[in-house]
Amino acid sequence: MGARLQTSSPLPAPADFRKQVEDLRPYLLRFASLQLRDAAAAEDAVQETLLAALAGEAGFAGRANLRTWLTGILKHKIVDTIRRQSRERPAAEAGTEGADEFDGLFTGRGHWQEAPDAWEQPEQALNQRQFLAALEACLRALPERTARVFMMREHLGLETPEICKELGITATHCWVLLHRARMALRLCLETNWFDK
Amino acid sequence: MMLSCKESARLLSQRMDRELAFGERVALRVHLAICRGCRNAGAQFEFLREAMRGLAEAESGK
Repeated sequence: MGARLQTSSPLPAPADFRKQVEDLRPYLLRFASLQLRDAAAAEDAVQETLLAALAGEAGFAGRANLRTWLTGILKHKIVDTIRRQSRERPAAEAGTEGADEFDGLFTGRGHWQEAPDAWEQPEQALNQRQFLAALEACLRALPERTARVFMMREHLGLETPEICKELGITATHCWVLLHRARMALRLCLETNWFDK
Repeated sequence: MMLSCKESARLLSQRMDRELAFGERVALRVHLAICRGCRNAGAQFEFLREAMRGLAEAESGK
């Protein structure tokens, strides 16, 4: 009997575990929605994650942070969803390559039309709810494909070769989209936050 | 090789996604030494990365 007690472990009882997992649903849903821009698809990815987590509780044993563990599972589910989506409805967005999308930002000789100023205390902005709301609004304003690549890079934290593989695009195209996203976001945040 | 600001901005973005070639790194360093606008843009790209991390973390209580 004594041996049995010892092996009955620091793992939470199943009901507890289920509750802890369920408690993280809002966080996971938000995480998925940021990337997928589709409430139903985000809901599905989270549901699959929770089911996988409850079925694979043993995989969690000994890990310190439940949220990190669940987010790791969710990232895989999100990438599955993106892969499915890009197979089902590939690249609706025609590229603007060819036409020079940055024409308005640079002179003919490649100088800034308006050189970027330093942002004042950007670190402080990170702690402000309104700033994060402004950032989200700027992300939503990006074209779909540009946003998807940027979010895969900076939200899911994938490396470019992985992104290229999942979306079936070249590395060069990937870098173009990432650069386009960063230029658009810096301009958007400057206008809607730092210039105010 | 002298970079324009436009080319420099492209490299500032790409260095966050791939390792730049030696020549690219040198050209960028030379350009940044004389161009405040591009230094600011580079800092802002890096801030964006940090802000995206903040976005994932911050709203967990909501």
